Amino acid sequence: MNMALRADAKDGVVTLAHGGGGKAMRDLIEDVFTCVFQPASMEDQARLTDTALAEPGARLAFTTDSFVVDPVEFPGGDIGKIAVCGTVNDLAVGGARPLWLSAAFIIEEGCEIALLRRVVASMAREADKAGVRIVTGDTKVVGRGGADKLFVTTSGIGVIPAGRALGAERVRPGDVAIVNGVLGDHGAAILSARGDMALASSIESDCAGLGHLMEAVLAAAPGARAARDATRGGLASALNEIAEASGCGIELDEAALPLRAEVKGTCEILGLDPLYLANEGRLVLFVPEAEAGAALAAMTRLPEGEGATVVGRAVAANPGLVSMRTIFGGSRIVDMLVGEQLPRIC
Amino acid sequence: MRYVEEFRDPMAARALLAAISRVTDDIGATADHPVRIMEICGGHTHAIFRYGLDRLTPPGLEFIHGPGCPVCVLPMSRVDECVELAERPEVVFTTFGDAMRVPGTKKSLMQAKAEGADIRMVYSPLDALELARRHPDREVVFFGLGFETTTPSTALSIRQAAREGLSNFSVFANHITVPPPIKALLDDPHMVLDGFVGPGHVSMVIGTRPYEFIARDYGKPIVVAGFEPLDLLQSVLMVLEMIRDGKAEVQNQYGRVVPQDGNPVSLAAIEDVYEPRPSFEWRGLGEIDASGLSIRERYRAFDAEAKFGIGYGAGPRHVEEPEGCACGLVMTGRIKPTACPQFGKGCTPEMPLGALMVSSEGACAAYWQYGGARAMEAAE
Repeated sequence: MNMALRADAKDGVVTLAHGGGGKAMRDLIEDVFTCVFQPASMEDQARLTDTALAEPGARLAFTTDSFVVDPVEFPGGDIGKIAVCGTVNDLAVGGARPLWLSAAFIIEEGCEIALLRRVVASMAREADKAGVRIVTGDTKVVGRGGADKLFVTTSGIGVIPAGRALGAERVRPGDVAIVNGVLGDHGAAILSARGDMALASSIESDCAGLGHLMEAVLAAAPGARAARDATRGGLASALNEIAEASGCGIELDEAALPLRAEVKGTCEILGLDPLYLANEGRLVLFVPEAEAGAALAAMTRLPEGEGATVVGRAVAANPGLVSMRTIFGGSRIVDMLVGEQLPRIC
Repeated sequence: MRYVEEFRDPMAARALLAAISRVTDDIGATADHPVRIMEICGGHTHAIFRYGLDRLTPPGLEFIHGPGCPVCVLPMSRVDECVELAERPEVVFTTFGDAMRVPGTKKSLMQAKAEGADIRMVYSPLDALELARRHPDREVVFFGLGFETTTPSTALSIRQAAREGLSNFSVFANHITVPPPIKALLDDPHMVLDGFVGPGHVSMVIGTRPYEFIARDYGKPIVVAGFEPLDLLQSVLMVLEMIRDGKAEVQNQYGRVVPQDGNPVSLAAIEDVYEPRPSFEWRGLGEIDASGLSIRERYRAFDAEAKFGIGYGAGPRHVEEPEGCACGLVMTGRIKPTACPQFGKGCTPEMPLGALMVSSEGACAAYWQYGGARAMEAAE
């Protein structure tokens, strides 16, 4: 490890020299990234072995996601935490046990090295919690304006054990829809953290890895049909995808939606709909009615499922559509979001 | 949530709905001969669909969705002018979020931003002022849009800029006022209306007196209403009761917020900074006398029209509505959104052809988003 660099990099910034392929780059990689992630070797590719791979009937799951969140650090998390949780969750909701991640960083010239260290530490912490290893990675430095401080891409590999089959197309009328906690905290936290509206709030992002939760749920409710993480586009978008893939209708109960008062308030003021706010630690699970109690109990035993609750069910009516019974007993369609949610004028 | 849940109490809603049904029957209204109430404000239109109130009220009661969505009624020529302004290299163009998607004849502000124009979404004109302070080398233009609800804040920001001598701040004024289009609708011989639900937030500023002509000259009842579902239901009931009793009055359901005389500080700021234009174009409704505001001569230095020479009066700017667009017919209550031949075909929220599909407060967008259309499609 290069102690000299560590000392002067402490309050330094990334320069184009760090992307040049020479000594400065190698020092940055060793001093900031690999000393924390500790990959097995410094080869360009990771060589992977795991006993789970050898199980007959087991299947590989592979996913990738890029993270460009602004601001890079926000209440309840940072870009590194989401980058690990997001990819772990993509694997987990498909029934896979997440094992390995890659992490690629696009760094804007001028990015503080102290910030990089915080992001990397937060990635290592989340990977540890989720039981995954960050085994390979890459860094690139671009000139000012070529990126916004820091972009992170993670890819993940997991193993789906034999006999496990989750899929939106398996959802049947009568199945119960469960979410693992209050909705919209991440979206509302990001809106507040951007600070471009005069709303102070104490809302923290819900960002969390959901691998252990999925394992617990699948052990308690082996007949579970499908799960989706309700990230961009919120619960509404996740449910619309499931409705479309399954050919079922989905009926939500507005009175049952778990929402924090602060999130509701933020949405009321800005004219946003919490059903479309992003979450980074929330999933919606469909289980046959007979297993709903077991699934719910398994969820509520874990901190990331503490607020788990039934929000609706799959029905035969209105195939492919998501509708919501309003608190007055009226009903309305909950459609896919068109583009971005834009705050209303008045 | 305190102060919100109270206005969404299901038990109270059921009682109001039962009363609405009863009075609608008393009036003798039926699905074939409905009593027709216009909710003027887009916020009310949005609430009606968001809470599914249209499906809970009796068939003898018909909501006609009024012109109170500032983004919807903004003429295309003005969007074109916004784009022109935003594309000037020296300009930082600032706007409320929901104006971003409104289509101009060539492009929307969203498209102009993607092509490189410096356009920033702000939540208040004060944010635009702050940008002007921080970037003295750039011209910061704020897109002043909206009814009497947003006019005071742009007026105050202009006065603040004047006090600070911020020479790089200006407002592209497109503010409009609520009473003139109501008068225009009442003068339209095709328009058959029995009463109005008035926009509460506008009355917070202007009070209830500007609506007196509706009752006095046209014999129609109006109730100024809040925006929570119970506010709306109660206001509808109040209108229906006046219709049943043959009364035409201006009543105030939103008394917890709306004083009869409005807000004198806001009104004085508007009066100081703005004056009525001889006429202003409303998308879907055409030119309406004295319905728009321009910045007074004394604040000319902060008037983007004067500064960049693209004034409203600079020439004939009218742009024809796209062919087949029936927004005018929908806005005057002559047809339902679903009866428009373009609805859901040539005109969707992704690619809006007409004004009412642009903002979530537009009647067509509300129909589309909350179910009219999609549910029908699914039922077919």
